[in-house]
Amino acid sequence: MNINTTKIISLLFFIFSAFYLYTAYQIQVFAFDENAPFNARTFPIYLGYAGLFFSGLKLILPDPNTIKVDHKNLEYKKTGILILIAIIYGATILKIGYFLTTSLFLFASYYFLGERRWILMFLLSFPFVAAFMYLLHGILDIYLRDPFLQSIGVMG
Amino acid sequence: MIEGILIGLTTALTFQNILMVMVGCFFGTIIGMLPGLGPMTAIALMIPITYGFDPATGLILMAGVYYGAVFGGSTSSILLNAPGVPGTVATSFDGYPMAQQGKAGKALAIAAWSSFAGGTLSAIYLLFMAPSLSKVSLSFRSPDYFALMILGLTAIAAFSSKGQFLKAMMMVVLGLMLASVGQDSLSDITRFTFNNMNLTDGISFVLVVMATFAMSEALTIILKRNDPTSAAKQVSLTELGSIKINKEERTKMYKTIPRSSVIGFLIGVLPGAGATIASFLAYGMERNVVSDEEKEKFGKGSVNGLSAPETANNAACSGSFVPMLTLGIPGSGTTAVMLGALLGFGVQPGPRLYMTNPEIFWSIIMSMYIGMVILLILNLPLIPYIARILAVPKNYLIPLILFFSVTGIYVMSFNNFDIYLMIGIAVVATFLRLYDFPMPPLILAFVLGGLMEENLRRSLLLSNGSWEFLWDRTLTACILATTILIVVWHIYKTFKKKN
Repeated sequence: MNINTTKIISLLFFIFSAFYLYTAYQIQVFAFDENAPFNARTFPIYLGYAGLFFSGLKLILPDPNTIKVDHKNLEYKKTGILILIAIIYGATILKIGYFLTTSLFLFASYYFLGERRWILMFLLSFPFVAAFMYLLHGILDIYLRDPFLQSIGVMG
Repeated sequence: MIEGILIGLTTALTFQNILMVMVGCFFGTIIGMLPGLGPMTAIALMIPITYGFDPATGLILMAGVYYGAVFGGSTSSILLNAPGVPGTVATSFDGYPMAQQGKAGKALAIAAWSSFAGGTLSAIYLLFMAPSLSKVSLSFRSPDYFALMILGLTAIAAFSSKGQFLKAMMMVVLGLMLASVGQDSLSDITRFTFNNMNLTDGISFVLVVMATFAMSEALTIILKRNDPTSAAKQVSLTELGSIKINKEERTKMYKTIPRSSVIGFLIGVLPGAGATIASFLAYGMERNVVSDEEKEKFGKGSVNGLSAPETANNAACSGSFVPMLTLGIPGSGTTAVMLGALLGFGVQPGPRLYMTNPEIFWSIIMSMYIGMVILLILNLPLIPYIARILAVPKNYLIPLILFFSVTGIYVMSFNNFDIYLMIGIAVVATFLRLYDFPMPPLILAFVLGGLMEENLRRSLLLSNGSWEFLWDRTLTACILATTILIVVWHIYKTFKKKN
C-alpha cells in the first residue's frame, strides 16, 4: 500500500469517524426513547459507520490519481500571519468594537501581504469600514456593537 | 384564468408597483452580493416597510428583492467564490473558474441570461400549472423526501472529478456530521456540543459556506502565491473579458436552460426543498447528460455548468411560490418569511386564495415576470462595472474577502466563538482542497442533514423501525432506482476508462 498524504487524511478521517461514532453512542436519550425505532443517536450512529466505511475504502483501495503538492512553493508564513491576524480580529471585535478592529485588521492584512501604498491602504481601511458600517447600521438598521465609538460619543 | 391574468397585469403594471419591483431588484442585488445577507435577511428587512403598502404592492416589492438577492448572490459567487446566497453555491463551481480564465464579464452575462430564462420559463409553468402542481407536491411523503435527498447527495458525489468519488463521499459524510451538531430537532437533546453553549443551536450554514468557500479560497490564493502553476491564473484574473455570448455558447445554453428550468421549478414546488437543492440537482443532471468532452470541462469553467444552476435556482424561486400561495406551505426559508408577511397583511394563503384575493395571486405571478425583465435591464449594462471587482489587486482583494466573511458571521451572531470556528473550518478546508477533496458535496450534505434526519425519523417511526419504507411506495422506489443507476453508471464509466 502506497502511503501518501491523501491516505494520511483518510486515516485521520477514519479515526475522526471512530471518535464520532463513540460519541454518538454516548448521547443520552430519554429512557422511554431508548428502544424506539429512531432516537437522537440513531442518525449519528449511521453517519459514524458511513464515515468508517468510506474512509476505510479510501485507505485500502489503490489511489491512481495521487495528488502531489510542492510544499517548497507554498507561502506558509504569510498564510499563517493572515490567520493569526484574523484570530486577533475575532478576539477583539466585541471588546474594542467593529470600526477600529475591522479597520486595523484590513490595514494590517494589506501590510503583511506586501502592500506599501499608505494612502490607498488607509482609504481602503478606515473610510471604507466607516462607509460599510453606515450601510449596515445606518441604512439597513443592523445593530453593530462598538464600545470604542460609543466611548468617543460617535455612536449612541 | 384570462380574467385573473388581466387583473394581475393591471395591478402589476401600475407606476407604483413597477417602481417597487425596480427598487426591490436593485436593493436585492446589493444585499445578495454581501456574504451573510441573503434574500431571507433582505426580505425580513423589507417587512416593516411593506406594512405601509397594500398587500399586492408589498409582496411585489418582496418578490423583487428575492430575485435581486439571488442574482446578487450569483455575482459574488462568480467573482469572489463567496456565495452570498446558499442557492448560488453551485454557480461558483464553474462561474469562478470562468472568471479566473479572464471571462468574468461573460460568466456574469451567462448567469444573467440564464436567470432571466429560468425565471421566465418558470413564470409560464407557474401560470398554467400552479393549481395542479400543488396536489402533486402534497403527494410527497417522508420516504420520498429521504430518497430524494439520497439521490441529491449521490449525484453530487458522482459528478465530482475523475477518481474523486470516495473523496466526495467522505465530504458528504463530514457535511452530515457537521449538520448533526447541536440540539436534536425533536427531543432537544444536545449532540456533539461537548458542553459548549455556543454549539447548542448547531453550526450556521452561512458560517460553513463562508469558511469552506470564501475564506479557504482567500487562504489558498495566498498559500499558492509563489506556485508557478497558479501564477497564470492570477494574471488572467485582471482580465474582464467580453460580455458577449458567442453562437456556440448560446447553443449550449439553449439546450441546458429548458431542462434545468423544469428541474428547478419542480424542486421549488416541493415544500422544504428550495433553490439550493434545485441548483445542485440541475448541475448534477447537466453533467450527466452532456458529452464526455463537455463533462471534462465541468468545474473548470463550463458554460453548461454555469447556466444549469443559475436557471434552476431562479426557476425554483418561482416554484417555491406554488406551495406558499396555493397551500400556505412555504417551499423555502425565504418564502416562509414572505408567508409571515402575507399573514401580517391579513391574507390567508390556500387553495381559495385566487377566489378570495385574485389580484394578489395573479399580480405576484405577473410581477415575477416583470421583475425578471427589470433585473436583466438593470444588471446587464452594469456587468462591466461589477466585474471590475476582479481587477482589484490581490493584496487588497484577499483582506476584503476575509473582512466580508468575518462581518457576515459577526452580524449574524455577535459571537467570537463563531469567528474562531469559521477560521478553524477554513484552515481544515484549505488543507483538504490542497489534496483535491471537493467542498460542494460537504455543503450540500450540510444543507440536507437536518431534513434528511427528520424524514428518516418519520419514515422509520411510521414503518416501526423497518427499512421496507424504501420500496413500499412506487415513487420512493423509483427515486432510489435512479440513485442506484447513477452509481452503477459512474462505476461502469470509471471501469470503461481504466480499460
